[in-house]
Parts: sequence; C-alpha cells; structure tokens
Amino acid sequence: MSTQARAAGAHIAPPRRRRRGGRSQARSERRLGYALVAPVVILLLAITAYPLLYNLWNSFHSVNLSVANQPHSFVGLDNYTKMFRSSEWVSALERTAAFTVVSVFLETIAALGLALMLNRQFRGRGFLRAAILVPWAVPTVVSATLWKTMFDPRAGFVDYLLGGLHLPGAHTTWLAGVWTSWVTILVADAWKNVPFIAIILLAGLQVIPGEVYEAARMDGATAWQSFLRMTLPLLKPALAVALIFRTLQAFLVFDVIYIMTGGGPGVSTETLSFVNWQTFLVSTDFGYGGAISVMLVIMSLIIAGIYVRVLRPGQAA
Amino acid sequence: MSAHAGSEPGATALVRAPARARRVPRRLPTGWKLVREILFYLLVLLAVAISLFPFYWILRTSLETNAEVAQGVGGANGLLPPHLSFDAYSNDFTQQHFLTPLLNSAIVALGATVVTVVVASLAGYALARLPIRGAGAILGFILVAGFFPVLAIVGPLFLLLKELSLLDNIYPLIIIYLVYTLPIATWLLKNFFAQIPKDLEEAALVDGATRLQALRKVVIPVAVPGVFTAGILAFILAWNDFTFAVSFLETPSHFTAPLSIVNFGQSQFQVFYNRVDAAVVIITIPIALLVLFAQRRIVAGLTAGSFR
Repeated sequence: MSTQARAAGAHIAPPRRRRRGGRSQARSERRLGYALVAPVVILLLAITAYPLLYNLWNSFHSVNLSVANQPHSFVGLDNYTKMFRSSEWVSALERTAAFTVVSVFLETIAALGLALMLNRQFRGRGFLRAAILVPWAVPTVVSATLWKTMFDPRAGFVDYLLGGLHLPGAHTTWLAGVWTSWVTILVADAWKNVPFIAIILLAGLQVIPGEVYEAARMDGATAWQSFLRMTLPLLKPALAVALIFRTLQAFLVFDVIYIMTGGGPGVSTETLSFVNWQTFLVSTDFGYGGAISVMLVIMSLIIAGIYVRVLRPGQAA
Repeated sequence: MSAHAGSEPGATALVRAPARARRVPRRLPTGWKLVREILFYLLVLLAVAISLFPFYWILRTSLETNAEVAQGVGGANGLLPPHLSFDAYSNDFTQQHFLTPLLNSAIVALGATVVTVVVASLAGYALARLPIRGAGAILGFILVAGFFPVLAIVGPLFLLLKELSLLDNIYPLIIIYLVYTLPIATWLLKNFFAQIPKDLEEAALVDGATRLQALRKVVIPVAVPGVFTAGILAFILAWNDFTFAVSFLETPSHFTAPLSIVNFGQSQFQVFYNRVDAAVVIITIPIALLVLFAQRRIVAGLTAGSFR
C-alpha cells in the first residue's frame, strides 16, 4: 500500500513550497514521510487485515484441526448457514446485545455523574480522580478476580455486608444463578469501565466555557434546566467518543466472562466473543470460527457506522 | 470537535492538565447550601469507597491463612483479618513460582512499549509535519484498527503461530500487543507533535540540519512528555492483556501474570482466595504506582487520544 502511494507521489509535481530547497527537497521530505509512517501501517495491516482475510478464506472452507488430514475443501456458505441456524450463536447474539445495551446505558449514567462531580472544584478532587483511575488501569484479571472474591458467599464482602444488615440476598451463591451471574459481571465491568467514560466526559465538560452557564443563570434557568439545555448538547462530541468506545468494547466482551463465569452456569453467560473463542480453541473449527469472526467484524462496523450517523449531524464544530 | 483540536489553548494539555483557577478564599456555607455541600462530599466519599474498598478487601483476604479463608468471613473474621499472615505470598512465590509469569509479563509489556514508542513517534511526527498524501486515510485506518475485534485476530494468528512453531512462546505477543497500543499511541503523538511550535524545527533546518537531525536534536527533546505518556498507556494496555495470552500460551512457565492468576484459581479443588488475591495484589502494585505518579499524564493521554 505504501509503496504504491510512494510511486504515485513521486511523479506528481510537489505542491508549491517557497522555502529553500525546491522540488527535490519536497520530494525527499515526502519520501521520508512515507518511510516513517510505513512501519505503523505495515504492522497494523499484519495484525488486523491479514487475520481478517485469513478468516474470510477459512469461513468458506472446512478447516478443522480435530479432523486429521482434512483437505481444506471449499464449502461455500455452509459455515454461515450453520451459524445463522445455530441456537448457540443466536442466543449468544441476544445475550451480547442485551449486555451491551444495559451495561453501556448504566455505565454512561454513572460516568456522567462522576464527571459532573469531577468538574467541580473541591478539596480532594485530585484524590478522587486518582482513586477512580486505578480500577480503570488494572488488568481485567484483577477486576474480575477481585469481584469474584467480593461476591463469594464465604470469602466475600457483599455477603458480609448484606448479612450484617439483615438484607435479602445474603448467602446467595451469586455465580450459581443466571441473573445473579450477570449482576456480578455487570458490576465488575462497570467498576473498571465507568472511570474511562467519566474521564472522557470530564474532558468534554472542561471545554464548555463558563460563560455558557453564566448566561443561563442570568436568564433564570435552574441548574437542571441548564444541564439539559446547555451541558448535554455541548457534551455531545465527548459523549459520542465515549459511547463508540464503550459500545464496541461491551459488544466484544470476553475476558471478564471467561474469568468470572467461564460462560456458565451452563451456557447462560456466553457472549459472541466467548462462543468465537470456544470455536477456535476448544472445537478447533477455524472455518466455522472464521465465519463467526467475519460476522463479528461486520457487526462492529455497523455499530460504529450507526453511531457516526446518529451523532455526527449535531456536531457543527 | 476537531475545530477545538490542534489550534489553541489545549497546546499544553498533554503536558499538564488544564490550569485551574487560583483558589478563592471560601466563606463557610450555611443552611441549604451546607446540606448540599455535605451531600456532595458524601457522594465523593462513596465514589472513592467503591473504587478503593475492593482493593482493601483483597489485601485483607491475601493476608489470611488457608484455615481462615476456609472458615469464611463472619464472627471475629470481619473487616480486619484475624492475624496478618504472609503465607499466601510465600506460597505464590515458592510453590506456584509466580515470579516467572511476572517476568514474562514484564518482558512482553516492556517489549511492546519500546516498539510502540519508537514506531508511533516516527509515524506521529511524519503525520503531523511531513507532506504525506492520504494522511487522513492513514489516520482513519489506524483508528479503525484500534476498534478491530480482538477475537477475530485470535483464530488466524493461532494457525499462523502453529505453522511457525511459535505457539506457547511469549515473544510473538510483543508484536500482537501492538494492536492494543499502536493506534492510541500514534494518534496521541501525532496530536502532540502538531502542537509543538514549528519555528523550533525550522530554525534548525535553516541552520542546515537535515529533517532527521532536527527530529533527533530539537523535536524529540521537546516531545519527551508526549512520548512518555504514550509509553505509560502502552505499558498499561500490554500488561493487561488476557485474551491473547490465554489463546496462545500453554505451559504454566510460559504464562503471563494475568493468565497465571486465573490458573491459580482454577487449578485447585478448593479456591484459596488468599493465594489468588495475593497474586492480584502483586500485579496491581506496578499499575497503582504508575497511576499515582503519572495520573495527570494518563488523563491527558486518554483524552487527547480520543478527542482530536
């Protein structure tokens, strides 16, 4: 790709550059530019585009490592029809969609609250910011294991608290039930990801000039009104960035689930990425897995596309 | 959004968080205002507690003995551990050989960080300063790569690594982790270089330096904070991976630390939370220190990487 671009660039007259040096200077600058950018582009193509094409090829063939001496025969759309008819895949899709909607919604609201808090000036602001950054920065293994401990009926704090306050829910084996498993996953996921959204939203809030609020107050707007009419619309760009990031992350959720529930109880917390992982590494079916992966990429693109569509017209900036 | 971008006040945003107004001497609030103030601080306290208390709890659990863990929480065994015991820690290092996965993680994360910093600095500089046709398209591609579904990478790379006999080897992870680190680092550094005044470099060029000399002697020294920020973020992202490690590594002595911890939990008939949590405490320490010392940089890097 970059060599093509370089070839194209080489024989087109360089744009007017009045500084000393002239043409050859400009040409060598451009050449240097491509040379410096090439490593990033090549590395990222190797890690993303190559697997995508490989998956695409596999998805039209039968590639299963558990079948000995298998000729990688062309199977047409078989892997795809198998996927669309598979109740495992369809219910994983439903679960993933539900998890994405619920977690992104709840996390965004919590993060907005946190960002509004951090946008005020108060003693301990820096401390709060550092405190929320730690959960974001730790590995998912830490957040998942930590909440597994917290929810454990014997070793956990949740049980200790609920029991101590004589509240319902004490002595629950959280990871044994379907809904309670989802609660623990949601809590662990939110604990790690809310800070990230909050930091992005905080940056958005800090861009809003103070005069906006002054003007609103002069016009007699209540705090709530100025939040709805002023803050939210002006926050839209930051919100868009945060939502795109988080929605895609939630849609592709894998490691929290692997670590906390292993997809269980039964298959009740298996998401699309989890099913994809099992297809690759447990069933070693790279044809079918390839189809699931290709679909995962397509759906991610659709989600990103929808966000860009919905949120762009508003940003006049 | 992009209109705010490169130009004005944010110029130093990467270096330090936006300057805050000087603190005005405050009068003590009264009445309704006081109530609101108290409620606000309670909320702050709640947010801090939710963020940090779980860490206290795993620290507490990690300091219990096996018998105390088996006994469960309750009675004398409450918010404080009955005694402080470092058995779980010594068990992790002597029986579970946790040092090896820690070293593996350090090698892989540092390796990925070094590659990221070098490669992303060069590209970031070129994209900000040099006349590159299709710079927009290249930046767009880098952004999309940052959103690429990780699971869609796992299958093909598994086959490739198997073909090359590189499965169960930590070194390929250095390259694979670039998918986490390169997109954000390249964007961040491109924005950072765009904010450095051009005059500095032009002066060097006029004095007869070549571009690369100007880059090395003039631009890079000024860019150190941005490069540092990119490095910190890259390290955190690479240190945190679980998905690739669990897909490509098989032998416990080749595990990275996160993978090894999950294995602690699953390999035992009964889960010894003290041992698991001791390991969790250990791998949290470097990250917590990074956050404490580089809080502002991390915040600035996250927002700069996503905003422009």
